[in-house]
Amino acid sequence: MFIVATAGILVAMAMALVRAFLGPTVYDRVLAVNTFGTKTVLLIAALGFLTGRPEFLDMALVYALINFIGTIAVLKFFEYGDLGLTRRVEREAE
Amino acid sequence: MEMLLDVLGWISIVAGLFFMLVGTLGVLRLPDVYTRLHGAGMTDTMGAGFLLLGMAFQTVVDMMHDHPGYWSVLVRLVFIYLFLLFTSPIATHALARAGLAGGVEPWTNEEDSQ
Repeated sequence: MFIVATAGILVAMAMALVRAFLGPTVYDRVLAVNTFGTKTVLLIAALGFLTGRPEFLDMALVYALINFIGTIAVLKFFEYGDLGLTRRVEREAE
Repeated sequence: MEMLLDVLGWISIVAGLFFMLVGTLGVLRLPDVYTRLHGAGMTDTMGAGFLLLGMAFQTVVDMMHDHPGYWSVLVRLVFIYLFLLFTSPIATHALARAGLAGGVEPWTNEEDSQ
């Protein structure tokens, strides 16, 4: 039965990838990659249960952390054109 | 008792798959970024929440059967859920803000606004 969960998550991941390829703006692509990352977390967890090794959940936890940090970093880059540091340094220099 | 937990677990997993597929269908079909955020947010809260709940029920069944030391798996599932609960709204909010700052116009229904 966990094989059904794994297959369903894989189908959802394929749909998110289609949006990442189609996405007219860069924000659509970031959104698609973000949901893809969330689904990857769940896929790793479901695979762990499927193979009878729930230790995979540690990897899922780490992947959730990396996914969040990556999304925020990419968004900050596209919103400000940098990661925020140079702008603050310039403002303090004035 | 064990049978009930097993059935509850599978119901939760099927519900999670349903919400996940519907949310991703929304990401695929809705007209612009801000509406697509709705589908993505539903995937993160309802889909992931129900899937992790189902996995937790299955873990409890496993604990009754032959793995009494699996309480740490339960703790990890709770941690993953809490983390998704905190990060998903932050990510969607940041995405909407970045979209507005980047000059993406929200989609409106032209026929209604005229």
